[in-house]
Amino acid sequence: MSSSPDKLVYMANQIGKFFHSQGHDRAVQGISEHIWKFWDPRMRKQIFAHLDTGGAGLDPDVLDALQKLKQQA
Amino acid sequence: MSLIQEIDFGTPKSKSEAMVTLTIDGNQITVPEGTSIMRAAMEAGTQIPKLCATDMVDAFGSCRLCLVEIEGRAGTPASCTTPVMPGLVVHTQSDRLKKLRKGVMELYISDHPLDCLTCAANGDCELQDMAGAVGLRDVRYGYEGENHVFAKSHGCENDSWMPKDESNPYFTYDPSKCIVCSRCVRACEEVQGTFALTISGRGFESRVSPGMSESFLGSECVSCGACVQACPTATLTEKSVIEIGQPEHSVVTTCAYCGVGCAFKAEMRGEEVVRMVPWKDGKANRGHSCVKGRFAWGYTTHKERILKPMIRERIEDPWQEVSWDEALNFAAAKFKGIQQKYGRDAVGGITSSRCTNEETYLVQKLIRAGFGNNNVDTCARVCHSPTGYGLSQTFGTSAGTQDFDSVEDTDVVLIIGANPASAHPVFASRLKKRLRQGAKLIVIDPRRTEMVESPHVKALHLPLMPGTNVAVLTALAHVIVTEGLVDEAFVRERCDWSEFADWAAFVAELKHSPEATAIMTGVDPQALREAARIYATGGNGAIYYGLGVTEHSQGSTTVIAIANLAMVTGNIGRPGVGVNPLRGQNNVQGSCDMGSFPHELPGYRHISGDAVREQFEAMWNVKLNNEPGLRIPNMFDAAIEGTFMGLYVQGEDILQSDPNTKHVVAALSAMECVIVHDLFLNETANYAHVFLPGSTFLEKDGTFTNAERRIQRVRKVMTPLNGYADWEVTILLAKAMGFEMKYNHPSEIMDEIAALTPTFTGVSYARLDELGSVQWPCNEKAPEGTPVMHIDGFVRGKGKFIITEYIATDERTGPRYPLLLTTGRILSQYNVGAQTRRTENVVWHAEDRLEIHPHDAEQRGVRDGDWVRLASRAGETTLRAEITDRVAPGVVYTTFHHPDTQANVITTDFSDWATNCPEYKVTAVQISPSNGPSDWQKAYDEQARHSRRIAPVVEAAE
Ligand code: SF4
Ligand code: SF4
Ligand code: SF4
Ligand code: FES
Repeated sequence: MSSSPDKLVYMANQIGKFFHSQGHDRAVQGISEHIWKFWDPRMRKQIFAHLDTGGAGLDPDVLDALQKLKQQA
Repeated sequence: MSLIQEIDFGTPKSKSEAMVTLTIDGNQITVPEGTSIMRAAMEAGTQIPKLCATDMVDAFGSCRLCLVEIEGRAGTPASCTTPVMPGLVVHTQSDRLKKLRKGVMELYISDHPLDCLTCAANGDCELQDMAGAVGLRDVRYGYEGENHVFAKSHGCENDSWMPKDESNPYFTYDPSKCIVCSRCVRACEEVQGTFALTISGRGFESRVSPGMSESFLGSECVSCGACVQACPTATLTEKSVIEIGQPEHSVVTTCAYCGVGCAFKAEMRGEEVVRMVPWKDGKANRGHSCVKGRFAWGYTTHKERILKPMIRERIEDPWQEVSWDEALNFAAAKFKGIQQKYGRDAVGGITSSRCTNEETYLVQKLIRAGFGNNNVDTCARVCHSPTGYGLSQTFGTSAGTQDFDSVEDTDVVLIIGANPASAHPVFASRLKKRLRQGAKLIVIDPRRTEMVESPHVKALHLPLMPGTNVAVLTALAHVIVTEGLVDEAFVRERCDWSEFADWAAFVAELKHSPEATAIMTGVDPQALREAARIYATGGNGAIYYGLGVTEHSQGSTTVIAIANLAMVTGNIGRPGVGVNPLRGQNNVQGSCDMGSFPHELPGYRHISGDAVREQFEAMWNVKLNNEPGLRIPNMFDAAIEGTFMGLYVQGEDILQSDPNTKHVVAALSAMECVIVHDLFLNETANYAHVFLPGSTFLEKDGTFTNAERRIQRVRKVMTPLNGYADWEVTILLAKAMGFEMKYNHPSEIMDEIAALTPTFTGVSYARLDELGSVQWPCNEKAPEGTPVMHIDGFVRGKGKFIITEYIATDERTGPRYPLLLTTGRILSQYNVGAQTRRTENVVWHAEDRLEIHPHDAEQRGVRDGDWVRLASRAGETTLRAEITDRVAPGVVYTTFHHPDTQANVITTDFSDWATNCPEYKVTAVQISPSNGPSDWQKAYDEQARHSRRIAPVVEAAE
């Protein structure tokens, strides 16, 4: 856990795992809201950039949540 | 100003609601049933002579000085042990009583040294007072007989004489002055709950004895000082009083150590503290304290305190002492330069949980309004941020639900990942008192804590593997749901039923049963079921938890699981129940309330909310950034990336307190300007470019908010040695950066906070002076504050059940790192120890030790006291081993109070999923024998010594 996208992917997936048991739709909602509320803009920008290059390593719920968040932004 | 004299009513207050009327000395008096005649008389203003009674402990009735006459009753009963009855007619003074009392006093004085003039208690001695009160004029028995007073009598050794015991660093025990009233013994039992003292022997032979005739230091004594406070003579006396003399004025203030928030009278002579005496009206501590608050204030005048500002270009350079102006301008220029070069968001700051609410508020204001970004965080990040998240999601407020008094109504206490006997000692004493009255105790902790081992307390201990809290709590919920122990009426009325149903179906799954999870948690399923039944059905159930809950990768999930448990059993919304985080530092609650988190303005309101932000913009007269800023771990990452270059740290030692020290060192070294504002050259200061001297709690006005949400005054008793209180320094720094903040006194800062924060609208210094303290919310709806929250409904509306899936931490044991390390605290030291290590408290804890189970130790050839190498994936350090079965096989434990140990070199940067609160409580490690400090420790030590150099002052050649 050192370089930045890896760490952010890890953090995003960690958030995803908490919401996972609530089912896909609520999870997507929960994850995007959480990232919007707690991540500073530069972290969000970095993860969106990672998303644009395919979002390798992101769990499915998280991927969807970030897509959604990016559209809103 | 004068000395605050608290009335001693002689016996404790009765809680009864039935009232009784009687006549004392011709006056009718009405008091609660169960009150002693002594107390009734005192409430009416009549002080009956007494020696063995004091209102902190139950009456014992041994001195026979407090005799009274009761019409229609034979004899002269002791007023301290005789309860009031309706219609009694009592006389407190008569010829017979006078004679009896004189006789009693004569006997006492005949075995007491007559060196009153040179005695340390002169002016504060109840024996002296009573001799005066009963009109003792001469003593018929000489001093030649048997006595405890003289080392020699008639030229021979006097076997009854005992030398002074000066082993405790803070108080002495001089047996020659003891009147064997047993107040100290009762204080130790009833108030403190340690049972360190006994009266050994009988009659003339009876003596106060710590343990089995040990020294105080060698005994079980934890140096709380309750016995010293209870002693009516100079037998147990503070060394500071012996040295300085009696105080002449006192000021009520609040302890600056832990989240209990004990109120003290600072007893002064001029600007010198003579002693700190816990204040009986303090609603958190009720006249009790621990060794830290009462005795460990010597750091405030320690010679290592830095009193002059210092600067340097590079951290390799020695420090240069400079004027305040020069230091502030240097700092401001650096920060402005960084912002020009790297952008507005390239600087930030960290507020302190040790500073006052007002100071914390100003630092976040400086950052948001002065720096123009939201890069503000606080060290609560590394301890209780999951509490804020978890409780606000489920209940709607980021704080504990009760006051400490609530424990007096509790029937079942569930402690999770907390060790109050060490970390929140005064609360522990109050809790133990309740346990001795019959309340049940369940402890969920990897280690057999002091709480489990305390005398006269029987605990059901569930020793779990570190990192499995969520699995254990979900299993408790499983038992409650599947065994039909749900408080359905409560859940239907107060909570969202469909969320509850989802949650109940989830926890009821077989895979969450105690039997199925035992393989991961290591907890005996039968014991777990038993614990669930006791908590759900044993009456008022209260949960207290600490850092063992929050400092995990599932910290927030665990807090949510705790809230679920309280809701499903209806244990919320009245005295005796609730969910209570035990906060580490004195003002953790306050620093969170004051908007120290990057995404929240004061009062926990998200920065993106336009309405709230606009209020602040109007008041502060600036435009605020509406995006959340960086949290501490994110700041470090951004520093290493090169986008975050300047940090202002007030009153925290992030290098020592944050996990993965190497990562923090790399981050701090990457920054262009680190400003440390503190009392001492702490570890973080080794990487700083500006050092601004801080002030202690004795040198400033302000407020702290304790773990009960109680706002209490901190009052200045001496001029700041460094010249300015911390709030003034922040104002000066802001000014140097071109941002003006105008306050003449911290009370004006509080007024601003009250104007902007709905839960604080009723708070002002005037209100605090009037009520002593208030618990927020304090507003029109609750003008006197709110002791118990969520009484008629949850703050968020309906209580929210949230599913808590157990997800094992990625910090796993394996062949290379087969043991799990968990960390904790001990009583005599505080946090990173910067203060307590600079007091005599070091006699109790000179170094951090590694606790290891005999089985694991033997496998590795480690003996008790050996140096061992402790290695994790993040780093390694060395310390000495203590072999004990307090920890289970596979688990090792250490404290983190000493910088030489650098326990955080070992901890990794895994963190809570929701808040990034670091996972201190689980690290996979390996232990092996070692010869001494690791290379890292040596290199670190070298850097620290190098970095702490201060250049000799040379006169400027102009
Ligand atoms: S200092 Fe506290 S623990 Fe020690 S003997 Fe006195 S009352 Fe007991
Ligand atoms: S030490 Fe003080 S409190 Fe204890 S028995 Fe002696 S006189 Fe009483
Ligand atoms: S450290 Fe805590 S328990 Fe001890 S005196 Fe201070 S506030 Fe009270
Ligand atoms: S004060 Fe009542 S017997 Fe001592």
